[in-house]
Amino acid sequence: MTANYETREHDVLIIGAGGAGLRAALEALAQGASVGVVCKSLLGKAHTVMAEGGIAAAMANVDPADNWKTHFRDTMRGGKFLNNWRMAQLHAQEAPDRVRELEQWGALFDRTEDGAILQRAFGGHTFKRLCHVGDRTGLEMIRTLQDRGVHQGIDVYMECTVTRLLTDGGRVAGAFAYWRETGRLIVFKAKSIVIATGGIGKAWRVTSNSWEYTGDGMALACEAGAELMDMEFVQFHPTGMVWPPGVQGILVTEAVRGEGGILRNKVGERFMERYDPKRMELSTRDVVARSIYTEVKEGRGTEHGGAYLDISHKPAEYVKKKLPSMYHQFKELADVDITKGPMEVGPTCHYMMGGVRVDAETAQSTVPGLFAAGEAAAGLHGSNRLGGNSLSDLLVFGRRAGLAAADHAKRVAAPSLDNAQIEQAEKELLAPFSNTGTESPYAVHRDLQEVMQNLVGIYRTQEDLKKALLDLEKLKARAAKASVEGSRLFNPGWHLSYDLKSMLIVSEAVTLSALARTESRGAHSRIDYPNADPVWEKKNNIIVHEGGEMKRRESPVPEMPPDLKQILAEDKA
Amino acid sequence: MMKEATLRVFRGDSKGGQTVDYRVPIAPGMVVLDALHYIQGHLAPDLAVRWNCKAGKCGSCSAEVNGRPRLTCKTRMDDLPVDQPITVLPMKSFPRIKDLVTDVSWNYRVNRKIPAFEPRPGVEWKISQLDVDRVQEFRKCIECFLCQNVCHVLREHDKMEQFAGPRFFVRIAGLEMHPLDGRDRAGLLKDQLGIGFCNITKCCTEVCPEEIRITDNAIIPLKERVVDEFYDPLTMLFRKFRGDKVQSV
Repeated sequence: MTANYETREHDVLIIGAGGAGLRAALEALAQGASVGVVCKSLLGKAHTVMAEGGIAAAMANVDPADNWKTHFRDTMRGGKFLNNWRMAQLHAQEAPDRVRELEQWGALFDRTEDGAILQRAFGGHTFKRLCHVGDRTGLEMIRTLQDRGVHQGIDVYMECTVTRLLTDGGRVAGAFAYWRETGRLIVFKAKSIVIATGGIGKAWRVTSNSWEYTGDGMALACEAGAELMDMEFVQFHPTGMVWPPGVQGILVTEAVRGEGGILRNKVGERFMERYDPKRMELSTRDVVARSIYTEVKEGRGTEHGGAYLDISHKPAEYVKKKLPSMYHQFKELADVDITKGPMEVGPTCHYMMGGVRVDAETAQSTVPGLFAAGEAAAGLHGSNRLGGNSLSDLLVFGRRAGLAAADHAKRVAAPSLDNAQIEQAEKELLAPFSNTGTESPYAVHRDLQEVMQNLVGIYRTQEDLKKALLDLEKLKARAAKASVEGSRLFNPGWHLSYDLKSMLIVSEAVTLSALARTESRGAHSRIDYPNADPVWEKKNNIIVHEGGEMKRRESPVPEMPPDLKQILAEDKA
Repeated sequence: MMKEATLRVFRGDSKGGQTVDYRVPIAPGMVVLDALHYIQGHLAPDLAVRWNCKAGKCGSCSAEVNGRPRLTCKTRMDDLPVDQPITVLPMKSFPRIKDLVTDVSWNYRVNRKIPAFEPRPGVEWKISQLDVDRVQEFRKCIECFLCQNVCHVLREHDKMEQFAGPRFFVRIAGLEMHPLDGRDRAGLLKDQLGIGFCNITKCCTEVCPEEIRITDNAIIPLKERVVDEFYDPLTMLFRKFRGDKVQSV
């Protein structure tokens, strides 16, 4: 029965073809490893293409006073000191080199007067720091990496979904997957695997994330024995579209505020004066999102339940040049000309700070041979990510993961595959075809999104979170019974039934962690515990899968060395 | 009563198929992709559709809506005559896989033939904004392949082996006009990518959701480059001569 699959072998298998996955692939390849990249979509469609605002790197092209120390400090402050200090340090130190390298591979950024890479202001960054090209920085980045990868000889398995990691005595041995197009099965044998699968936003109803963002990598890693960390920290981006209903949640780049956009409520007040008078619209995302939410909740929201974001005081040509895709997005989808009037915006589920717990230097998880980078990994951003720190994260830690994965592959012997694991994975994957009930994976997904949206959103309470855990149990039971119609040929209902399993795993991890953290910090806001608690500043929540059950424990935040403490103490804001 | 529309969607695979009608409720601002998602979620869970961002940025959800190649995520229902059925068919130029999903892998094979960016030796990494602006147009391509789908060299004449199609001329324009690129792709354009087959009917430009002026700004300048390099030695000499003069001033 298990002769039903083809087998491929690589030194390093990378799951996910966004910025982190492609950067990891390039690095592993440069180390001489044979590299395979598996992705759920076509190459070049990963979520990175949607990144708009820019890449944060202390290049000091616009503000000469900028340096890695300030970037480090901004990142730690933005994350409310829960960040892994070493990751924040490496990120701040290495980001400029990663940007230069991208330029040398052909990426074109907007320029300063003297021909250097132009940098723009962004929330939480002390200096103008975001290297960008208009508002389509992510597209430029992914095309550059993609084309370099193709020519350097990466094998790409497009529209292929990994549903289980295979292990050999506690270390990584490979992955079980299926081709979305045909439904045929494929087994990868690999000495190292890099998880670069991005986030989990599709578990919420209002989200800027694409269908791919179902937490697969985190779920795969967790089931293979790896630890997840900081899962309670889900970033709600302050500005998503709110009207019309079909476009609700689509991202409105922070670059609108970076370029001078102003937030007002329905009575015309510039309400950020109440919440962060110093940084105003360029406060951190957690603060701005909560501010908009509060304005709406207290009856000062716009017609469709948002806030007004206005850039029309800037010259129309400037707006069209610096924010071209925003201009078109509003014109085409909402009949709004942003050069003439305000946009309506509200919070949208956007980014996962938590993820696979990794070693700062090597990006290796707690499972030997299993690495993680980008949004799928935890640590760099602590409890709240600064805008622009995501693209730099992908490059810095994508590279580090690729390097360490290739190095690991050189040092270990070939693993052996366990047929029992493969058979089990096949049985699970095909179960929806033999389920006979009427439960639809789409219906379970819709209900999951309501639970997470209503009970595990921007503001949380013990009561809501406990109810969410009970609801998730019911949803898990329903998902296990979901059945699908039709054949294995490109069947989205079947595809969703697997994605659903991942979403349920990460949703439970988020809810468990959020319930335990009895304080408010960064993106995690508890109505019943509105203040930060110094005890919780020293603890990360860890989630593990043990004996078929999800368990939570706490782990001390690593102690920062004195020289870095000194950097944080300087210029106390 | 909620307004409804009928979507007449192709259902089938490489062996054949037919259109099937689905009734879908219409909400304000709804796009065709929303309607397809409604069908998946409520009427036909196995309806195959490619999509990702639903924001016009990834170029995954291309189809032919009422005969016109479009991104379904940017095609609003209120721009269509909803008193008649709205037909949604897969892109015609590519082999069908299932329903609205086609096999676009040929595009990825063509892309492999195009040498990536390589900087001129010893360049300084200083670029003027004007030079960046000039190539922006080509670099904003989201690879929806609608231009490939409508190009008659591919659609009617199936010249997949001899002709790269508008998408890849845009890509080459983005590389050739990169201010620091040091490669020459003119020979490739002429011999392997068949730029001569294009007879500038501009169908590609008309369907581009990014409003790239593919024919005028990418293909015609590349054709000129090929002509200069291979068919007009006098112009080449003249240019060299003129170039020398400019440098000597």
